[in-house]
Amino acid sequence: MGVVCLNFKFFSVFAKHARTSLTENSMGKNTLTKADNPAKTQDEIIAGLADKWRDKKGSLIMALHDVQSHYGYVPRDVARKLAHQLDVPLARIYEVITFYNYFKLTPPGKHRISVCLGTACYLKGAPELIEEIESLLGIKEGQTTSDGMFQLDVVRCLGCCGLAPVMTVNEEDGDKVYAKLSRKQVAEIIAKYSKPGAIEKK
Amino acid sequence: MSKQTIFLLRDTSLTQDNTRDFQILFLKIARDLGVEDSIQAVRASDLGIYDKGYVVKDLNNKITYANIQETDIEKFLKATIKGEGSVDEFKYTADKCQLRIVLRNCGLIDPENIEEYMAQQGYCALAKALTEMTPETVIDEMKKSGLRGRGGAGFPTWMKWSFARNSLDETRFVVCNADEGDPGAYMDRSILEGDPHAVVEGMILAGFAIGAQRGFFYIRAEYPLAIKRIETAIEQAYERGLLGNDILGSGFNFDLEIRLGAGAFVCGEETALIESIEGKRGTPRPRPPFPADKGLWNHPTIINNVETLATVAQIINRGGEWLAAIGTEKSKGTKVFAITGKVKNSGLVEIPMGMTLGEVVFGIAGGVLGGRKLMAVQTGGPSGGVIPLKLIDTKVSYEHLAEVGSIMGSGGLIVMDEDDCMVDIPRFYLRFCVEESCGKCAPCRIGGFQMLKILDRIAEGKGVEADLQQLQRIAKGMQKASLCALGQTAPNPVLSTMKYFPEEYRQHVEDKKCRAGKCTKMVQYTIDQTHCKKCKLCVVNCPVGAISGSREAGYVVDQVKCIKCGTCYEVCKFKAIVRK
Repeated sequence: MGVVCLNFKFFSVFAKHARTSLTENSMGKNTLTKADNPAKTQDEIIAGLADKWRDKKGSLIMALHDVQSHYGYVPRDVARKLAHQLDVPLARIYEVITFYNYFKLTPPGKHRISVCLGTACYLKGAPELIEEIESLLGIKEGQTTSDGMFQLDVVRCLGCCGLAPVMTVNEEDGDKVYAKLSRKQVAEIIAKYSKPGAIEKK
Repeated sequence: MSKQTIFLLRDTSLTQDNTRDFQILFLKIARDLGVEDSIQAVRASDLGIYDKGYVVKDLNNKITYANIQETDIEKFLKATIKGEGSVDEFKYTADKCQLRIVLRNCGLIDPENIEEYMAQQGYCALAKALTEMTPETVIDEMKKSGLRGRGGAGFPTWMKWSFARNSLDETRFVVCNADEGDPGAYMDRSILEGDPHAVVEGMILAGFAIGAQRGFFYIRAEYPLAIKRIETAIEQAYERGLLGNDILGSGFNFDLEIRLGAGAFVCGEETALIESIEGKRGTPRPRPPFPADKGLWNHPTIINNVETLATVAQIINRGGEWLAAIGTEKSKGTKVFAITGKVKNSGLVEIPMGMTLGEVVFGIAGGVLGGRKLMAVQTGGPSGGVIPLKLIDTKVSYEHLAEVGSIMGSGGLIVMDEDDCMVDIPRFYLRFCVEESCGKCAPCRIGGFQMLKILDRIAEGKGVEADLQQLQRIAKGMQKASLCALGQTAPNPVLSTMKYFPEEYRQHVEDKKCRAGKCTKMVQYTIDQTHCKKCKLCVVNCPVGAISGSREAGYVVDQVKCIKCGTCYEVCKFKAIVRK
């Protein structure tokens, strides 16, 4: 039992979350493919998205997932164009974006630090980690540093409670997981990601 | 080459791990006996068995042997491989242990290969249902099994199905609820990642039983691997003609699609989930009409949890009576729990209903971390209650857990020790519910917020006697008047801690003290000069430089600078730091 679960826990955490988007293939199923070619213009991308989802009932959230996986957030002009293409009021789109935690309205920082605040992590000291990061970077949860280097997110259970407390930092090829953390290690990790001298303790 | 016998080896001693030495010896003796080609000896990292000496698991024959001494290996190998003599004395029978029904394939098969699932009787149930059974007999079999929804509320699955089946509306949907938002729980993710085809098969069977044409997987976007595995599984099922038109030549058509969640806990509630699949904000609808009557786009819809659906195929394969024989009178089958918190072996376990919480925590999970005293266990996440040590013999079942003021929930089981504060824990859960409240109905939106404000006040040492009664009053209002289960159950952690740990609340309110030191506003750290050995460990480790002084004059904590992180308390080897 233990063998199994631990393995799966690790699998999913270490799985590479390459920027992916959901596309519909001819058989009517979803397959994960690399995000659209960045060389395309914004209009083309949105038109492509709209074509993909227009005839599907109730697919607004899926279309927004595609937008976010391409841009990292939902830019206002993209939302406006999407509204036009899908023929839904802009208010409907914003209604959805602001309801769900997953959708962001501001560009993400270069390094996105996600501290897990599930119950196991909470019991094992995640609030202290958050406090430490906040004081090190001078930002509050959900904010990005002024140089755009770091973004601090407090996330719901990452699903690897055996490793609590846990945080992840995104790197080029996926999220790096830091497990069983202490206050001290957090400072070392942040120092690793920042340019020398970029952080000063407040 | 003849078929190899695969042995998993593991030293289950709690103090040391000599598995590697044992494996080397095992292989050496196998070589001496000339049987090395017919065996494979693999080291396992954890077999879920503890303190039973060297354990060897024969994977081919699914037999576990325990307490094997080094001197027994020769006899053991002769008996198992050459068939000389008997090894019955080593056979391991667990007194009461896990029973893997839902997780049976997890870790054993390649989840991205449909053939490996098929080799484990995969899709046999679907073939049986389509060729030998009618939708009515499938529902009948479910009724016999007594399977209840594993998402938490425990509604009989067959009943939900027959409501939809008997509906006059011909357009029907099946939804798999894989929006596992409960903090501290990851059962559904492990099933989706470890055995995706079992869930897909369960969906198709459910579709056949209720006469649906389409099904949706609603999966959290935070589970990228689970999404990928389900996509692969669906694709493979289409290729094999197990999905699509005229499945297995039976004339039954069924299509499956994936919809992603977007990080809203309330979407685990079935009517909110429906709204979300329709592409709207996830706000619950008033019930009735229930989804089985008017769900997705106002058509009959059944929504089942991942774990429920993963059990369905085996019920059809083995018959309803088989599952009904496991468990208690009203709760049948097994339940997967994610044990986390202050426990030695955290992880997933699947246990038959009716096992006691104590057997799970002290037996399977190996007890509390660091030999500390258990304070309480919590089941059901933000919707559940706290169960104190004195009720640790409570059986795991829908009815027994409800009796003690908690719920089965989706399967989070959090262990808490003496260092956890019973005012702080419900505050954590309540804050979660307040943040996740969709805001549609007032009892949940306002009630939760006000309860949290009161708890914050108590934790800051500003609580008054009347606050406790006020908490109870608001809780009652929320339970009765909230629109959905989120609001109705949000006060549970507060009510259960108030019920079982009233002295702790009294301490916070009257004495302005927090026993565990978690409510930092009430805590003060000072240095007891008689115990202090002037080692400066606290001075070095203090993150804010609040401790100053000299060897001669002694060290003191600057109460203004101190952020009450407790680092000094933890690092001091002489118990010279006093927490008050």
